[in-house]
Amino acid sequence: MEKMNWIPVLLLLLLAKSCATVSPVAAQESIKIGTKAFTESVILGELLEQSIESEGADAVLFKQLGGTRILWSALRNREIDLYPDYTGTIIEEILAGQEISNTEQLRQALRDLGIRMSRPLGFNNTYALGMKREKAESLGIQTMSDLREHPELTFGFSNEFMDRRDGWPGIQSEYGLNPRRVNGLEHALAYRGLEAGSIDVIDLYSTDPEIEYYNLAILEDDLNFFPDYEAVVLYREGMDDPVVNAITRFEGAISQQEMIAMNKQVKIDRLADEAVASSFLKDTFKIETEFSRSGFTERILRHTVDHLYLVVISLGLAILMAIPLGVLAVKVSWLETAVLGTVGIMQTIPSLALLVFMIPIFGIGALPAMAALFLYSLLPIVRNTHAGIKAIPMPVMESARALGLPDSLILRKIELPIAIPSILAGIKTSAVINVGVATLGALIGAGGYGQPILTGIRLDSIPLILEGAVPAALLAMLVQGLFDLIERKIT
Amino acid sequence: MISAQDITKTYDQRVLDGVSLTIPAGKTVSLIGPSGCGKSTLLRIIMGLIPADSGSVEIAGEKMHSGNMLELRRKMGYVIQTGGLFPHLTARENLTLVTNFLKLDSDTVEERIEKLTTLTNIDSSLLDRKPEKLSGGQAQRVSLMRALMLNPPILLMDEPLGSIDPLVRHELQNDLRSIFRELNKSVLIVTHDLGEAAFLGDSISLMQSGRIVQEGPIREIIDNPANEFVEQFVNAQRSPLEGL
Repeated sequence: MEKMNWIPVLLLLLLAKSCATVSPVAAQESIKIGTKAFTESVILGELLEQSIESEGADAVLFKQLGGTRILWSALRNREIDLYPDYTGTIIEEILAGQEISNTEQLRQALRDLGIRMSRPLGFNNTYALGMKREKAESLGIQTMSDLREHPELTFGFSNEFMDRRDGWPGIQSEYGLNPRRVNGLEHALAYRGLEAGSIDVIDLYSTDPEIEYYNLAILEDDLNFFPDYEAVVLYREGMDDPVVNAITRFEGAISQQEMIAMNKQVKIDRLADEAVASSFLKDTFKIETEFSRSGFTERILRHTVDHLYLVVISLGLAILMAIPLGVLAVKVSWLETAVLGTVGIMQTIPSLALLVFMIPIFGIGALPAMAALFLYSLLPIVRNTHAGIKAIPMPVMESARALGLPDSLILRKIELPIAIPSILAGIKTSAVINVGVATLGALIGAGGYGQPILTGIRLDSIPLILEGAVPAALLAMLVQGLFDLIERKIT
Repeated sequence: MISAQDITKTYDQRVLDGVSLTIPAGKTVSLIGPSGCGKSTLLRIIMGLIPADSGSVEIAGEKMHSGNMLELRRKMGYVIQTGGLFPHLTARENLTLVTNFLKLDSDTVEERIEKLTTLTNIDSSLLDRKPEKLSGGQAQRVSLMRALMLNPPILLMDEPLGSIDPLVRHELQNDLRSIFRELNKSVLIVTHDLGEAAFLGDSISLMQSGRIVQEGPIREIIDNPANEFVEQFVNAQRSPLEGL
């Protein structure tokens, strides 16, 4: 009886399947566009993508890659070729500490780093603090200085704003504010909190359509704390002329009102990002673009393929690596603590942090997500392999050795087969964890079920969140059921 | 056939303190002594399962070292008290693991199994069961078959009947004795039961605290105990039935 045979067979099947699926990170020659996690950045990304494609070049859009730092380092590391940003952000966040007082100095400083900056696109999306209009009026708050008198108000700021120099820390010292409660949260959720009354003051982008929609009062920046945030596109040097043209055609082309209108169409009227971008290109530049708004089934299918791709490869590699590691931990006593300790520590790193750690090594996309998932999947399998073999009773091991069988044969024919139920339980645990953690892969451009969840959070759309969350939960249950079935089969 | 010389072994305390033991070809020696006297440790050292701190073991004229360990182990059949069968394999698979490894001809193996089935007095239909479906006595018969698969000249047995209930045990003792005689093996059998030692062994070696204190036929041990401990040990093993 060759009980062990199913493992390599299963792995081959999985690998064959994953090779057959097309990587969500498309061909190498494409122009890679990144965007930040909020709608305006995504719309600008769509505009750039469609504009570049209208010039006949291939472009891939990595939506919602993360905050300024992730995008900046992705651009520096050539993981992406361009992304939209804002002058104030670049000066205060990226080039902090350098004395930059005008756009030309900024352009030069970036040029020294091999990065080009477009001229301003035409709108200024500055930060502001906002409150519900009735509340501000009833408390007599008009300026940011007025907040000093109201430490009882609850502040809710987007996470990036919480630790930006030109964000909350700067405001707090400049205005001398000392509110009792300050919470960090996702920007798209802040309006909900405001509406529900759980927070009173939030940070705003001045192009947010919600300002009008929710009837918010913008508090005057009476100490002129916030710098200008002119929208620009950052792109790496050495790009082809048509691509550069496709970028620079937006210079001075998008007014404040137009940007607010586009933001409104997506966030409030619930139109698709790509549709809004497409009609802007048509109205402004007479460029007809083709975009395919994929149907529900097609989207689910694509997310499933992307998700499985992440899970199957990372889990497959983890199995290949973890079983030998578990065996090693049993056989080489001085390695036991080292191996179990190392994979144990890996498990304690928060999954989001582990994903971000992988970016400098593997860039963005599916690869770093797989690397993080791989590391995450090791512990349960290593530990269960180790425990399964260790639990084999001494008389069994002694009898095997007494037969005069070599150690390698004992491992293959006695130890691993007896430990299989335990190893399988470890793989099951890893697989279920893996399916869940893989939803975070969307944060670094890996696609999968996390993609609709992320977009759903950005657009405050429960149906979109469910479009990712429900299949992810179903897949986890399916994986669990599948392993339960295998377990019942072999025991 | 087996010769162990000046074996010492220390764990937390000294378990074997310069033990020498010889088993002539075709003879059965019973190794007996109280729990913890080191008899199982000595057996494991002879089997090469644990290394001795000092001393040497010779099997069929060959000195044991790491290079010939596997080969020498195959010259010895090993049967332990309980739980020695591989739980994930059927009885038959337990028997053929080593013959498959050595790539023995399957007809020869089948013939061997048939012969051992008769010898160990086991119903051959039981061979397709996994160990958990065998009774204690049946499992020990399969263990013995497995130990004899390669027809080794030597058998080492560590309390092989230790956990078998009395009626079956008596039957197995008879079977074992006739098997030993019939096969003409050199046998070292560890037991703590003097009656069993006397019944199965041509000679008895009595151990106390890591040393062999007396060797010889049972009569000699009863009539001329080497010291007070031997006398006590013999008396303690007399059946309460004798006093009735």
